[in-house]
Amino acid sequence: MFPELIDTRPLRRAVDDGLSWVVRNWGGELETAAYPLLMLLNWIERLLIATPWWLFIAFFVGLAFMATRNWRLPLVVFLGLVFLGLMQLWRDAMITTALMIAATLTAIVISIPVGVWMSRSDRVRQMVTPVLDLMQTLPSFVYLIPTVMIFGPGKIPALLATIVYASPPLIRLTDLGLRNVDPAVMEASRAFGTSSTQRLFGVQIPLALPTILAGINQTTMMALAMVVIASMIGAGGLGYQVLQGIGRLEVSRGLFAGLGIVALAIVFDRITQAYGRRLQERIGVGEVR
Amino acid sequence: MTEHAQLHDPASAPGSDELAIIMRGVTKIFGPDPQAALALLRQGSSKADVQAETGHVVGLDNVSLDIEKGQIYVVMGLSGSGKSTLIRHVNRLIEPTAGEIVVNGEKVLDMTMAQLGDFRRTRIAMVFQKFGLLPHRSVIDNVAYGLETRGMSKAERLEKAAHWIGIVGLSGYEKSRPRQLSGGQQQRVGLARALAMDTDILLMDEAFSALDPLIRSGMQEQLLELQSSLNKTILFITHDFDEALKIGNRIAVLKDGAVQQVGKPEEIVLNPANAHIEEFVRDVNKARAIHLRTIMEKGTFEPCEMAMPADARCEDVLPCFDQHEWVGVLDNAGRQIGRVRARHVIKALARYAPSNGSL
Repeated sequence: MFPELIDTRPLRRAVDDGLSWVVRNWGGELETAAYPLLMLLNWIERLLIATPWWLFIAFFVGLAFMATRNWRLPLVVFLGLVFLGLMQLWRDAMITTALMIAATLTAIVISIPVGVWMSRSDRVRQMVTPVLDLMQTLPSFVYLIPTVMIFGPGKIPALLATIVYASPPLIRLTDLGLRNVDPAVMEASRAFGTSSTQRLFGVQIPLALPTILAGINQTTMMALAMVVIASMIGAGGLGYQVLQGIGRLEVSRGLFAGLGIVALAIVFDRITQAYGRRLQERIGVGEVR
Repeated sequence: MTEHAQLHDPASAPGSDELAIIMRGVTKIFGPDPQAALALLRQGSSKADVQAETGHVVGLDNVSLDIEKGQIYVVMGLSGSGKSTLIRHVNRLIEPTAGEIVVNGEKVLDMTMAQLGDFRRTRIAMVFQKFGLLPHRSVIDNVAYGLETRGMSKAERLEKAAHWIGIVGLSGYEKSRPRQLSGGQQQRVGLARALAMDTDILLMDEAFSALDPLIRSGMQEQLLELQSSLNKTILFITHDFDEALKIGNRIAVLKDGAVQQVGKPEEIVLNPANAHIEEFVRDVNKARAIHLRTIMEKGTFEPCEMAMPADARCEDVLPCFDQHEWVGVLDNAGRQIGRVRARHVIKALARYAPSNGSL
């Protein structure tokens, strides 16, 4: 056994007491601060549930067709979504989709500026990278519990946990994409007297867009991966069905809801990837001949 | 090697009104502590010594150049000679460690970032070896890019861009993407983008080096043709001595970041300053490099039956000797100012041939 060199009890008590103090004194304020997120989530959820199923399917099939200009991907999307409907999972799928979309949108708003900041300074990159590692490897329950203590069980902690888990790949890929822009093109732009803001929006971001889109794709996938855990603290949706299936030992319920998550993942993954490829073709990977 | 220090006595330089670009003692050292390495260099250490002792790379070593307006000034050097570093100092894409740079009477190093941006947008344009085109924009939007950074209205800049696309011979490709074009076409886009800026000064960093020989030759001719009407000051970087001879009004030879020799093409061909330049000269087609003006017998003689302008090259005059003993040499006004015969040409070509043992 490792010798007990220090007494960790005071340290642990300090952390626990600190959290209780935050909950007591700042709980209300934090909840108010997170309220816009809840509004966003609820709005998306209501919109998706109010949308007739056939319109939803038509929209995503159309999106898939626009991205690929052939019938294969639209067919896959159609089958995946019809499966959700046939299995009576439509409403749960909409709730899960709403959580995924709200988390992805929030992650985009936070991650892209952080990625831009990281790409411009090696020091920022050195500081942010370990934080991202932490966000991706720390078991989600570890930060789920304090968030539940602060916000109470419900959609806000579920959304926050999903954002924490889903943001890192987008931040990393934004940074990577911006750093990998051909230095010859950047130099040419500089020689024509552009400001660094003009270069960022006129050259770097457009050329890094395929990589950034790959990051958004990763974020949607990670957000879907969180739905079961999120449902444990009251997010509802397909994850809740899986959870109930486990709880009641109803293998079929867990299996069908699980397959429903897979179907959603395939639909969103293939559509975002197809748009990424399309964008890459339009920009051209490089100008090498 | 310190001869370049005497080559550029500021007192003997032409009036600064005539000079588009002046570089004085420009030194660039790459590394974390350039000042320490600079002190070492000033004490007389060589580039290799500085690198061995401090790990700093000397990019440019006390470079002074006077570039007259309306000239094509070629800086020639092998890779690693610092020529690309040199050209990037003129628009301050690279900050020197020491020295002074004056462009059109303005001290480039004293400019604030805002002034520098303005300077790059309006006074100077650049063409790159790797083209540096924006792959996500069409050809016409690439050509209009510099004008766009100036804030010119869309209609106006597209009109100007279309004009220059026509001049470089790419009409019909306006809507294409750069990657759909060949290398030569892409560099024409790069050239049109720089010309559209309508600046007095054009920087060309190995602009034709990435192109196939035939296309390169065509681009060189196009540049000369454009220059005859545009009369810009062009600073042209190349590693190709033949290219330097073909397009340069003046040539500076760079090695290890230091200027070895500056002169007119034929001065360098006829009097290479050192063994390094001699090596370049050896493989050169001297008949193309040497003008009649340099080798003619000066004076007033009775007019010859056959005559050529003083700018003509030895290779142009060779066929004339088949029929004529003497060929007259004419100035721009058509007056005969001298004459040549075959022996003059043979002497000029033979004098520095390697078989003659000049090495």
